[in-house]
Parts: sequence; structure tokens; C-alpha cells
Amino acid sequence: MYGIGILKGLGVTLKHFVETYVDDFRWLGKRYYNEEAYAVRQGPKATGIFTVQYPEEKLIIPENFRYLPFILYEEKDDGSIEDRCTSCGICPKICPPQCIWIVRSNDPETGRPIPAPTEFFIDIDICMSCGLCAEYCPFDAIKMDHVFEIASYERMEHHILNKEQLSKPVSYYSSIQPKNFRREEEARVAKEAAKAAKKKEREAKKAAS
Amino acid sequence: MTENVEVPKELDATIQSMDNRFHDIVTLDDRKSYTGYLVPVENLIDFATSIRDDLGYDYLSSVTGVDYFPEEKMEVVYHAYKTSGGGALVFKVQIPREKPEVPSLISVFPGSDFQEREAWDLLGIRFSGHPNLTRILMWEGFEGHPLRKDWKEPFFEEEKKPYKNRWPEGGVYRIEDEVPMGKNVKYPLGFDPQKWTPEEQTTFKEDMDSEAGDNGSNGSAMHTDQIVVNLGPQHPSTHGVFRMVARLDGETVVDLYPEMGYLHRNHEKIGERNTYIMNMPYTDRLDYISSMSNNLGYALAVESLMGIKPPERTEYIRVMMVELTRIVSHLWSIGFLLNDLGAFFTPALYAINERELILDIFEATAGSRMMCNYLRFGGISRDLPDGILETVRELVNERLPRKIDELDTYLTENEILRSRCIGVGVLSKEDAIAYSAAGPVLRASGVSYDVRRADPYSIYERFEFDVVVRYNGDVYDRYLVRMEEIRQSLRILHQVVRDIPEGEIQTGKALYQVRVPAGEAYGRVENPKGELGFYVVSNGKPNPWRYHIRAPSFINLTALGKMCKGEKVADVVAILGSIDIVLGETDR
Repeated sequence: MYGIGILKGLGVTLKHFVETYVDDFRWLGKRYYNEEAYAVRQGPKATGIFTVQYPEEKLIIPENFRYLPFILYEEKDDGSIEDRCTSCGICPKICPPQCIWIVRSNDPETGRPIPAPTEFFIDIDICMSCGLCAEYCPFDAIKMDHVFEIASYERMEHHILNKEQLSKPVSYYSSIQPKNFRREEEARVAKEAAKAAKKKEREAKKAAS
Repeated sequence: MTENVEVPKELDATIQSMDNRFHDIVTLDDRKSYTGYLVPVENLIDFATSIRDDLGYDYLSSVTGVDYFPEEKMEVVYHAYKTSGGGALVFKVQIPREKPEVPSLISVFPGSDFQEREAWDLLGIRFSGHPNLTRILMWEGFEGHPLRKDWKEPFFEEEKKPYKNRWPEGGVYRIEDEVPMGKNVKYPLGFDPQKWTPEEQTTFKEDMDSEAGDNGSNGSAMHTDQIVVNLGPQHPSTHGVFRMVARLDGETVVDLYPEMGYLHRNHEKIGERNTYIMNMPYTDRLDYISSMSNNLGYALAVESLMGIKPPERTEYIRVMMVELTRIVSHLWSIGFLLNDLGAFFTPALYAINERELILDIFEATAGSRMMCNYLRFGGISRDLPDGILETVRELVNERLPRKIDELDTYLTENEILRSRCIGVGVLSKEDAIAYSAAGPVLRASGVSYDVRRADPYSIYERFEFDVVVRYNGDVYDRYLVRMEEIRQSLRILHQVVRDIPEGEIQTGKALYQVRVPAGEAYGRVENPKGELGFYVVSNGKPNPWRYHIRAPSFINLTALGKMCKGEKVADVVAILGSIDIVLGETDR
């Protein structure tokens, strides 16, 4: 019969319409602003209204999410800070749109290059958020940030970030990407242990000979 | 993959046995790591006709040019396939660089139309006998042919990335201060953009004078005029900045041609300046609905040059991501086809809802919802995070099959959809092959051709799935093909999540500067939109010498005019929706 297909289709729409109310009743007013409900609403078991009430509610950002790069510094016990970056130049060399500039300087006494950047610029108008800089940094000194609300009134002034604006402590990194941070620390400890073991072995050999 | 590009062994025998006509003329391309045959310019059309008719290579996949600047010659490269499956027959024509002229193959393979125009536009290779050899991606007042190696843009920094002033010099500047508005364009001598008026509206003019003036084109005795209507470039249903110039007789389309290039950014020139790994995130921006799939095509091409293969686990993860991408793209396409038909956003949002859940998986794994940049040469950027595989299992085994069935009930039998789509925009089997249509457009016309089956790459030969074919070649069949392909992708995904092994994810060490030996490679994958091919030529340096993309969205449009002739204006929008183009890929 003509029209059956349309009626069936309308049935699907009706089902969706009813489901939104059913889901509201199921959570008894706790559907919104509730972490527990939120995880279900955005997962594979979601029914009912799918959208979130941005900006009151925000999507949970997964650990691997990447937006803009930032550079890391270590906070020492005595309150001083030390850059992880050694200005080796891999990130400006691999950056596909070429948005990273690094300025190096030499030690005035010895004349040898200082293994830390004097200046570090990223033009975030050009950055394509590909994450290659973070991926290939051998010192884990540049990572991708989770901050995505970066609208500003004046792009001329604000959109080339300098070293001061880019630097964030390692503790911030461990708070946004705890699992990645832990894995990297373990790898680093293992690497240093292997290095030490090798050194020991060599010394033992030297002593033996 | 190299295996695919290599000339089938029986071919030599076939050519010899044919009648020795070409055996004396055609020479093997014996440059190291090159494949295929060199054909003299004067024999090109004969050779092409002969391989089509006698050898069965009826599908011309890709036509492109290479500028071998140091050797003062240009080369036109053709990749032909059999629609019954198998590897490529690559043939090439070499011509002097000062006067590059090649006979057009449009009479043998009509699908070479846009590709030849593109090669003329970007490389300045003249195809004699082409009926409309005009610029296609660049605009008419553009100076030069940008893919030539000696062409430089008005703000020229350096020939190759990485640029020295980023490192080691570190002289920071804003690009906009260096190239202010107005200084970033170069015009040919004597060209004034203020006085210039486009000529292309006159393409129809002669026909109009002869035909439309008198009566009778609509069968009645009343005097009628035909009018030219531009749909786009900002028409809401052209899926982006894309224009269709249609000549109308009343409501009927008499003639139509697509006009593109509004989003052109010379992706290939950028790609030739980039190092190999830098191109990976750029491929995301081609068909931005299915970035994982684009990554795979490029990775396959470069991996075959490097001669490496990814580990087992990586292969499974790749297939998983690519099939999820196919579902995303087809859901999007089905949703927006309904939008184009006037069912505003309810079906599209039901489809996008499921897409969203898949994008969450991409975000948790690759770090980005659309610009995934996930694959690397011989590996992937990172392993799956904890718990993601369970989400995929739940989606693939429970939610998605149910939701696809729901979408099916919702749409497939709907009388309005059926009457708008059945019999509209018909492309016959012969035309589909001749116009080099690919993907669902080709399979809806009754050609059982899927690169995953015809010429398997990655680990697709391990999986059980059907190639979906429909036989009417209309909008409705393209819709059905997509619907069924989602189910087939789910079938592959069932097998992937069942069999996925543990293990390494990267072959060798992940290097930021890969060494790619000299040679050429053509990596092709079955993208959701059709066959996506990457033709990469390396000269052993860190940057590719040639980086060409066979874009399915672009080449499928060759048949658009043919499909639209005789249809109503309102149906043109549905036909375009059923081809499913993405302008990022069409314009590159």
C-alpha cells in the first residue's frame, strides 16, 4: 500500500521523540550536570538527546587530545626552574607548516652554544595541530595542550606565542595526561638505569683489564 | 603498493602475441625502481585503443604529468586497470620540456577529460585534440603553471622545507607582515583584474544561438528561450564552494558543467616542498570526512618506495580505523543526500549521532576528531589506549547494526525518497567505466569493482566481505550501495576486533627524517568516495620530487554533466549529493 514507508519512517521519528522523555525520566532530573549520567549519555549506550549544554557542560577530553603545543619546564626543589628543551631543532625541522622559531645563544665565556632556547616562538595562526613536534621530541619537552578556548580580540598581538606564554610546568602535563606521563617517566627511568648499568659494566671491564 | 604497480608478467607475452605491432615501438621503462612502458607520442592513441580493446585495460585510473626539470623533459604517466581486477598497466610518454604536447586520450578514455585539463593547468602540458583545454583549478588570470619546478610564487621563501630562518636562524616574523594583501598575487603582463570579465559563460553561447532561438526544443510550438543558471559557488547544497553552470529549458537541464577550484591551494606543490612525513597531516585535509583512509593511501605509496611493511597489529588497527572511517563517510553522505532532497536535517542528525561516537574513538586514539594524522611509515603514531577496543566492540557488535537497521526502516522504503531517487541521474555501466567513475558511483552502475578485492592492499585478502553492486546506476542505487557497504564494513570490523593481535606497532625506529630511495610508486586505496591514488616520485632526497593525488571526488565529477542531462533542476542537487564530493579533495 502506498504510504506505508512514510508511516514506518514517522514511527522511527516518534520513537526518537518518546525516547528523549524516557531518558529524562530514567535519570529523574539528574541527567544533566552529573558525571555518571554524562559518561553514559556520550557512550555507545546513549539514548535520548545526545547534545551537551555547552558551555555549562563540556565534553570530557580524552588524554590523547591535541590542540596547541606548549613547552615544559621542570620545577626543582630549590624553587628554580629548568627547561626540558635543549634547542636541538627537531621540532622546527619537522613542523609541516613551519610555525616554530627557536633562537639559540652562546655562552659568553666559553663561546659554546647553551643547550636551552633563548627564545621560542609558535605562530598559532599557522599551527595545524598535527602533533608531530610532540611526537618526535627526544626530550619530551614539547607536548600538546588541552586548552581549546583561546578566542582573543586582537590576533596581531596575541597569536605569536613566545617562550613565556608557551612554558608550563611538568606538573601541569602530568595532570592533563597522567597515563602518558607515567609511561614516559617509566621509559626514562629504564633508559637511565640501562645507561648506568652499561657504564658500570664498562668500568668493571676497565678495572678487570 | 609496488606489487600492484608492477606490470603483470603475462603482459609482455600478450604484447608480443598481439601482432608485434607495439613490441617494436614500446620500450620498457628501465630506470631503477620505475615500472611500465614508454610509448612514443605518435603511437599513443593507437596504443591506448589497443590496450583497451585487445588487452581489456578498460579503466583509466590516473593521468598525470611529471616535470623532470634537470633532464629538460616532461613525462605524462597513465595508470590503466582492468575492471575485472588485477594490477596496473603503466604507460608513459616523454616529451621535451620547451614544447610539451601530447595527443589527448579523451576519445579513447573520456575519463581523462578533467585530469588532462588539470595537467595543462598545473604543468602546462598541452593535450592536442582536447575539446576544452582550459584552466580548471587555477583561474584564468593566473600566470604560469605552478607545478613546474621553475615556477615561484610572489612571496617565495625557500625551495624546500625546513626553512632555515626557523632553524637555525630563528628570525621570527608574521607572514601577513611580509605579504600584505594585494602583494600576494602576480598577474600576467598586460592583465588588469579590474577590467577582466570571465569568458566561460560563453561556452554555451553558440549552442544557444543555434538551438534555443527557434521553437521546438521542448516539443511545443511555443517560442521558448533557454537560460543559463549558476548553482553555486555558495549554493547551500553544493557541499562547499562549488559551482554548476546549467543551461535550462524551462525546468529541464539541457547541459551542465561543473566549475571548481575555489578551494584550490596547490596541495601538490606544498607536498613537493614538504618532507615525506610532513605530508601526512596534509593528506587529512584532502577528503576531511575520511582522513584515516587518506593517510593509508599515502603511507602505502611511501612504504612501497621504502620497501617496508608494518607489523601485524598495526595492519589490524589500520583496517579497523579505515573501515570506521568508511562508516562515518557513508553515514554523512546518506544524511546529506536526504538534506539535498529536502528532508531537512532530521535524517542527517540521526546519522551524525552515530558518526559522533566513532569520532570519539578517533579522538581518544589519534588525538583529533577529523584531522587524525594517525598513520606513519611502517606504523602508527601511537597504540590504542586502554578500553578503546571494548568501545569499538560494543559499537560494532551491538549499537551500529541496530542503528543502521533503524536508518534503513526510516528511509529505504519511504515513498517520497523512492520517487525522487529511482530513475534519476542514471549512469550506464559503459559510461561509468569510460568516465573513470569510482567507488559507490561505479558499483551502483553494475561494475563489481572494489580495490579492496580487485587489487588487495594491506591485509584485506584475509577478510570476508562482499563487494556491493547494484545495477540501475541511479541515485537510489547509489544510496543502497552506501547503506549496504556500511553493513559490509561492520562485517570486516567484526573480524578485526575478533582477531586483532598484541604486539609491536612500528617497524624499525620511528624517524623524523625517513630515507626514501629513488623511484616511483602508486599507492591506491578504496576510499569511501572511490579510488584514491597517490603517485609519488622520489629522487632520494628528503622531499618528494612529484606528489600527485588521484582524487575520486574530482574525477567522479567528470560524469556529472552526463548524469544531469535531461533531468529537472531540483534533481541536479540530489545527483550531486549522490556522487558525494568533498571540496577539500576536489580542489586540492
